[in-house]
Amino acid sequence: MNKIPNRQAICEVLMKEAADDKNIVVLCSDSRGSGSMTPFFNEFPEQAVEVGIAEQDLVSISAGLAKCGKKAFAVSPASFLSTRSYEQAKVDCAYSNTNVTLIGISGGVSYGALGMSHHSAQDIAGMSAIPNMRVYLPSDRFQTAKLIEALLQDEKPAYIRVGRNAVEDIYTEDDCPFEMDKATVIGDADEAQVAIVATGELVQYAVKAQKLLAEEGVKAVVVDMYCVKPLDKEILEKLAANPNIKGFVTAEEHSPFGGLGSMVAQVVSASNPKKVLELALPDAPVITGTSPEVFKYYEMDSEGIAKKAKELL
Amino acid sequence: MNELKAKAYDLRQDTLDIIMAGGGGHIGGDMSVMETMVALYYCQMNISPENMDDPDRDRFVMSKGHCMETYYAVLCDRGFLDLEDVKARFSKFGSPYIGHPNNKLPGIEMNSGSLGHGLPVSVGMALAGKMDGRDYRVYTVMGDGELAEGSVWEGFMSGSMYKLDNLCAVIDRNHLQISGNTEDVMAHGDLAARIRSFGWNVIVVKDGNDLDQLNAAFDEAKTVKGRPTCVIAETVKGCGSAVMENKAPWHHKVPTAEEYKQIKADFAARKEALINE
Repeated sequence: MNKIPNRQAICEVLMKEAADDKNIVVLCSDSRGSGSMTPFFNEFPEQAVEVGIAEQDLVSISAGLAKCGKKAFAVSPASFLSTRSYEQAKVDCAYSNTNVTLIGISGGVSYGALGMSHHSAQDIAGMSAIPNMRVYLPSDRFQTAKLIEALLQDEKPAYIRVGRNAVEDIYTEDDCPFEMDKATVIGDADEAQVAIVATGELVQYAVKAQKLLAEEGVKAVVVDMYCVKPLDKEILEKLAANPNIKGFVTAEEHSPFGGLGSMVAQVVSASNPKKVLELALPDAPVITGTSPEVFKYYEMDSEGIAKKAKELL
Repeated sequence: MNELKAKAYDLRQDTLDIIMAGGGGHIGGDMSVMETMVALYYCQMNISPENMDDPDRDRFVMSKGHCMETYYAVLCDRGFLDLEDVKARFSKFGSPYIGHPNNKLPGIEMNSGSLGHGLPVSVGMALAGKMDGRDYRVYTVMGDGELAEGSVWEGFMSGSMYKLDNLCAVIDRNHLQISGNTEDVMAHGDLAARIRSFGWNVIVVKDGNDLDQLNAAFDEAKTVKGRPTCVIAETVKGCGSAVMENKAPWHHKVPTAEEYKQIKADFAARKEALINE
């Protein structure tokens, strides 16, 4: 069982790159511990900026730094980063087109029992609706690392959401297929009867659901849609056009409105209409529990995904 | 210097003409901030159309972005934009000349419009200068009504925390916002004391529509080390014509033909008086 959370993978990549690239700057809002950024702050104090508990300041300062040539990474809990500083993300990052990567840590329901104030179940919808803002929810630590490496190659703003806890490995160090803004397809798309499209932490459950379904003789393909915006429409259109595929199941740690399910339904309905069944958090404060408990309760875990997939047959 | 003082009135006329051409704008604040913009763009900052890619250029962020018409007039006169083109297309369909800063235009670093962004963004710019050991300065201009935004005070906090003596914030203290007197809408009390208590050097310019006083403040700010400076420019909203001075409705009023005539005559008379001073 992997013990390295995705946030730690981000820190490791940034530390590796920051040694040679003095323009990499990490900013935290009293969140270096929860963001796994303490090692970065210790090793690169000249490239680390603490702003205190002030997310608006965090994002605007990041934009100012970026405008002057820095590659700014603003690391803060997704719940606050995606709402308290939403306008700064919109105006100072996206609209002004600054090289700021917003890293929402402890995303979704990671904070569990801390309640709705600490949950971010609206960030995909909110951030995706901002022109020029890209949205990524990497699945495991290997993909997270590849994503950060890719983002260091361009100068556009982006929002990334990762969870608090370690995610089971989906890929390996040597085998982590990654193409920027292209979803990763897991399994045989040609033979599949159902397509499971998942993002972020729910990809691990989708992969397990794929195995459960296989045991019952149901062939499923999993689409790891880490790139929520720009969404990989091409793969969705291809799958929708595949006559073997009866329909889609989407799985996301997000509100049922404006998230992955909505986006997949938009694409599928416009290209080759098939059923799109959505698994998401409820439009309500989420039940108290750990992430696995919450996903199980709302039937978003592997059993729930498999059950939903069978409804398509 | 009298020539520049007079120029402020030419720029007021350009600003007025831009507003008339576009059928809208924020004339009151445009007029109060005019001398601040002239001091910065003609006397203080090393910014020109030729050096906008120079990493050592000074940086300017118009935090009170609604005072865009004055910003246009200055950018045109300094050679970044063409005045006739701005007048022809301001606020028109498909135009890049919108009512707030648009950084797709030459000379404009950051987009703004929503208030309370400029100071924290400028903190980031000043911080980058410190990190890179560059000696450029960063200027941002805020309105006084804008100070009710909490993010401004986050910027004040971080500016002093990081000892950004390369940062200078200007407050266009015209005492009026759209609903009326700032002290009735959301009182600032002893504003200078408030900002000093955040660790800033504060210079109050008694007549913020006097170029000499403003330049003296900006010159002094450059000598202050270890903390940023805030220049509180005590200005007159609508400065330049009795038709609009100190009248809250002129926050964004468009003059009638008759008012235009009177305002234009007032600008000309004040310019004449400055030349003969």
